[in-house]
Amino acid sequence: MNSVIALTVDRASCHFDVSAPWLTRVLQRQPRRILKAVQEVSFTVRRGATFSIVGESGCGKSTLARMIVGLQPPTEGRLDFAPLALADGSKAAPRVQMIFQDPYASLNPRWRVGDIIAEPIRELKLIADEAGVAARVSELLFTVGLSPADSLRYPHAFSGGQRQRISIARALATQADILVCDEPTSALDVSVQAQILNLMRRLQDEFGLTYIFISHNLSVVRHMSDDLAIMYLGRIVETGSADQIFADPRHPYTRLLLDTIPSVETPNRARQPMSGEVPSPITPPPGCAFHPRCTLALDRCRVERPELRGRGRLVACHVSQPD
Amino acid sequence: MSSTAPVLSIRDLLITFTGRHGALTAIDGVSFDIAPGEILGVVGESGAGKSLTGTAVIGLLDPPGRIAGGTILLDGERIDTLSQAEMRKIRGRKIGAIFQDPLTSLHPLLTIGDQIIETIRTHLPLDHAQARARAIALLQDVGIPAAETRIDHHPHQFSGGMRQRVVIALALAAEPRLIIADEPTTALDVSIQAQITTLLKRLCREHGTAIMLVTHDMGVIAETADRVAVMYAGRIVEVGPVSQVTRQPRHPYTAGLMASIPGMKAREATLRQIDGAMPRLNAIPVGCAFNPRCERADACCRAEKPVLDKGRHVAACWHPLEANP
Repeated sequence: MNSVIALTVDRASCHFDVSAPWLTRVLQRQPRRILKAVQEVSFTVRRGATFSIVGESGCGKSTLARMIVGLQPPTEGRLDFAPLALADGSKAAPRVQMIFQDPYASLNPRWRVGDIIAEPIRELKLIADEAGVAARVSELLFTVGLSPADSLRYPHAFSGGQRQRISIARALATQADILVCDEPTSALDVSVQAQILNLMRRLQDEFGLTYIFISHNLSVVRHMSDDLAIMYLGRIVETGSADQIFADPRHPYTRLLLDTIPSVETPNRARQPMSGEVPSPITPPPGCAFHPRCTLALDRCRVERPELRGRGRLVACHVSQPD
Repeated sequence: MSSTAPVLSIRDLLITFTGRHGALTAIDGVSFDIAPGEILGVVGESGAGKSLTGTAVIGLLDPPGRIAGGTILLDGERIDTLSQAEMRKIRGRKIGAIFQDPLTSLHPLLTIGDQIIETIRTHLPLDHAQARARAIALLQDVGIPAAETRIDHHPHQFSGGMRQRVVIALALAAEPRLIIADEPTTALDVSIQAQITTLLKRLCREHGTAIMLVTHDMGVIAETADRVAVMYAGRIVEVGPVSQVTRQPRHPYTAGLMASIPGMKAREATLRQIDGAMPRLNAIPVGCAFNPRCERADACCRAEKPVLDKGRHVAACWHPLEANP
């Protein structure tokens, strides 16, 4: 595996002001309320690899995805994309595209599929003549396993899996090399999910794509990822290679998360579900954010926030030791 | 469990939708039983008819959909022929329902106490104070902390997992014989999902309630259900104890479904996929509905519809996989 860096995220944070209106705040003497969706997140993504971000609702994974595609500016910190080296030696900025969760909402129902896929090509003036655009659209449809004739049909004529193929074709139309996939298969049935995951793996091999994969489905993450970051309440609690984390999870949250996935391999096993729920990110617990749900929590965990430590694989925990 | 009479017994259920182009058959000859205290998982992909079967049992089938044949017996009594008014008495009293989205199953303007007390008083001869005491006991039973104060809160004051617990308390309010749980954990996070399935299993055991668990998630079924029925294109293709169906599927569709779930053990190069998609209702193939996507299909599969035999672990297939491969 090459280790050329495609993206470096350095202490990126994203805060939202969720305060009440100014007058209410003054009258009721309320302080400002800041929702810290993502806090001081740092990681690097290798070119041609899949980096997955895992966590429960409200952990900030989708905000992080929006920051990577530029839909949400970071409050602090920076995101650096390594420029691609072109054949003539000059540098071109990499193109980042997003694949959304719901293929029923992410395609314009009034546009023909051909126009949906051609829009980024026309907008970015990648191909000048219309005949060339049409040829490129046909080629893209063929790449994702649809027929070139489908370009004349509207999105409603396609099933969920086929629509997700159209979304992928649209993302590839820009010659993007980094695709941010926010739960790309959670709206799909398992047999269709397998088709889309296989397609994504094939495209990665063919075009050397870099995926940033956001999901809460750990078995899908296991199948897709090279590297992995587990998020809890806006912070990364464990990061490292997927093989390492799945084989030997170190953070108690990662362990519990891996333990709670329903498994078809061991039916009807008795298990101890994780108690409690994710606290509100507006008023996170002091110290380690996971301590109210953690069985290993010490007094230290309640007051002092653990830093990400270790080499290669990083863990933010006072109790569990990194390598 | 086989000696006791089943709580729910469905025989040859046929549901059709009549439209401009004639009648479409959405459920085609579905039969199954659920014993007291048993959790039957009904699994299938979108459009397989699993939710529709549940809707028919609780009598909430919307026109133009209608039960065109077969019988539904609850405790030995036919409920598919009852009038709307008679069905309303059974719904809530004998059959409870849990739906996917807990926010839309609760009235946003009433406190959860009002909603549970109303259900209890509709079905049981209790006065307000007794009903309130029962409501608090129910909320404690489903694991809501500080139930005495939480009972006066509105649904928006609860988190998703807690709301689903309220919905479960509501379904249990009148001690029903059967609960239809339609995707009860799909809207929840994995850690909360595990809490809810554990709760359902415990309640089912303690109260002896039968549960029909409808979901697309094979993992939830494997963790929760005792037996599983796999549906495809409006038919049951395989029924059996959950460990046998997941480990040694006999129907090629079930086998394909199991193989397409990414495993946790190692990272495979490619997942096994079932090409194509489930047929639309107006284009269900002759013979076995799965034959165009099946590797084992032959002339027989394309001509004649396979039937589901009686037995513990059976598949509706002309060429089932061996029990011990």
